[in-house]
Amino acid sequence: MKKTYKIEVDCANCANKMEEAARKTSGVKDATVNFMTLKMNVEFEEGQDPKTVMETVRKNCKKVEDDCEIYF
Amino acid sequence: MNKKQKKMLVRILLAAVLLIALHFIPATGWLRFSLYLIPYLIIGYDILIKALKGIKNRQIFDENFLMAIATVGAIALALYEQSGDYTEAIAVMLFYQIGEWFQSYAVGKSRRNISELMDIRPDYANIERDGKLERIDPDEVEIGSVIVVQPGEKVPIDGVVTDGSSNLNTSALTGESLPRDVKAGDEIISGCINMTGVLKIRTTKEFGESTVSKILDLVENASSRKSKSEDFISKFARVYTPAVCIAAVALAVLPPVFRMLVMGLAAGWDVWIYRALTFLVISCPCALVISIPLSFFAGIGGASNAGILVKGSNYLETLSQTKIVVFDKTGTLTKGVFEVDGIHHSEMENAKLLEYAALAESASSHPISKSLQRAYGKEIDRSRVSDIQEISGNGVIAKVDGVTVAAGNDKLMERLGIRYISCHSAGTIIHMAVDGQYAGHIVISDVVKPDAEQAIAALKTAGIQKTVMLTGDAKKVADQVGSTLGLDEVYSELLPAGKVEKVEELLKSKPEKAKLAFVGDGINDAPVLRRADIGIAMGAMGSDAAIEAADVVLMDDDPMKIAKAIKISRKCLRIVYQNIVFAIGIKLICLALGALGLANMWLAIFADVGVMVIAVLNAIRALFVKKL
Repeated sequence: MKKTYKIEVDCANCANKMEEAARKTSGVKDATVNFMTLKMNVEFEEGQDPKTVMETVRKNCKKVEDDCEIYF
Repeated sequence: MNKKQKKMLVRILLAAVLLIALHFIPATGWLRFSLYLIPYLIIGYDILIKALKGIKNRQIFDENFLMAIATVGAIALALYEQSGDYTEAIAVMLFYQIGEWFQSYAVGKSRRNISELMDIRPDYANIERDGKLERIDPDEVEIGSVIVVQPGEKVPIDGVVTDGSSNLNTSALTGESLPRDVKAGDEIISGCINMTGVLKIRTTKEFGESTVSKILDLVENASSRKSKSEDFISKFARVYTPAVCIAAVALAVLPPVFRMLVMGLAAGWDVWIYRALTFLVISCPCALVISIPLSFFAGIGGASNAGILVKGSNYLETLSQTKIVVFDKTGTLTKGVFEVDGIHHSEMENAKLLEYAALAESASSHPISKSLQRAYGKEIDRSRVSDIQEISGNGVIAKVDGVTVAAGNDKLMERLGIRYISCHSAGTIIHMAVDGQYAGHIVISDVVKPDAEQAIAALKTAGIQKTVMLTGDAKKVADQVGSTLGLDEVYSELLPAGKVEKVEELLKSKPEKAKLAFVGDGINDAPVLRRADIGIAMGAMGSDAAIEAADVVLMDDDPMKIAKAIKISRKCLRIVYQNIVFAIGIKLICLALGALGLANMWLAIFADVGVMVIAVLNAIRALFVKKL
């Protein structure tokens, strides 16, 4: 399952870091962050609940870049 | 400017004013230090907090950390040397923040610019209820509802016009400025602007499936597919920052130790630490990390404004390396509609012959018959035609106004025992016999698009090495089109599978770096579009299959757009390479100068912020594609 989320982040490098953090989160098959459109596309693994996975994704992103937000 | 940017601007101005004011205050010692601490904290408190958080989360090599270390280090040095020169540290922080501010402003601005270019998202749909128009969310309109579009409004959903006629401005979709006429019965696609009359439209799709939603989706997701250059930059940034940090530590420690132990000189710690701090300031990879995706984003935005949708940065990159362009014939280089091209050896007036042909063929729905009826141009009175006999694979014999008319190919004439004159023109030949006598023939062919020849020439000038045409048509027709247009190679009489094979052959025989683009109208060449390095679908408005299969979608069927798309991609990639070389080059030079002690922090700040500003401005150039 694929979903798109709106994000808030200030610098391009931070967006790259968020992407990496999101990819490494368990339950996430693949993720891309688009700094220019401020969107995060997340592909979830089978049978994962997007909401709970996204909580972890947000936590992991906050770890690498404190000043970011994901809306879901 | 948003709230964050405004707040930052106030901080920048406040710190700058304080810094200048302090310059005239002759305080010394700890008082001086505390005074200077005020502007430093005003401008840099968030960086310091972020750096601390970074350390806590084990993300030490980020730019906040670098700036914090560099400026705190510089202040510590000034304290240690008792020089009282805190200006440098504050200035570094100040300029860093100015750079960040500028970057966020520029990115926000181009984000808005590009979304304005793509301003086709309809906000509402009008529905008539009890004689009154009601505005509702387009998402809520069901298939088959009737919506009303008033002059000046955007068509929100694809559908068929049931009532009214008007001119449509399609420029936001196609880049084409000529308005298009629509009347009742015509299909209409969302995203056009209704200019003159009120239209009633019966929707045929949901909003989410409509052209406008598809296009917006495509453009918005385009820059998520990252190009090799972008991947290179993110990998580079990942290695580069830690590498420079390690180099900075080495620069701070090794030379002094070497001087003390080997050369027996004074260590000169302060000099080397200062150089190491300069290193840290230069090391930030922001200029690269921001300008490369920004260039692609701007390039894709500029292209969509010209009616060229590129599905991803990676495709823009491949497109710029295109050396071979393979065309499908019908619908791409030719109009794909059959037209009467000539009437030869007619024994009567051409118009009369055409009238006979159109009437005789009036019962058939074959494209050839349709084109005859179109060329005739008048209403067909079926009552004039009787005794219609269709002879499959040969033609038609019918009585028109009581006269026997035979219209068909060579075989029909042979069957009827009528002597006919063979035609040397390429195309489909309809021989006519009226009352048992040969009456000439009509040539029907698929007409080459008016600017197809120019388009091929433009491709050649743009540096395309080989142009190839593939078609299922007869060799004679194909070769004629090929030579009129000046194509390098023509392969005819191919079945759809044969086209895939041909493209595979071409892919094998070409050098690795020269990319092959296939241009088709997307109707039955989806497999070829996928197989080519880059698939370009043209005239694809409303054709879902083509939008799916292609990497680049031309919104109208103008072949000139192919060369334009390639030029846009080249310009964008040129900017990308300029920025890579420029940013890395300047940084390396400044690093070298810093290590030798020739660069101070002011130069370091230029290497960081100045380069970033220039690279961002350069990246925005990719947006301007009108003159290409």
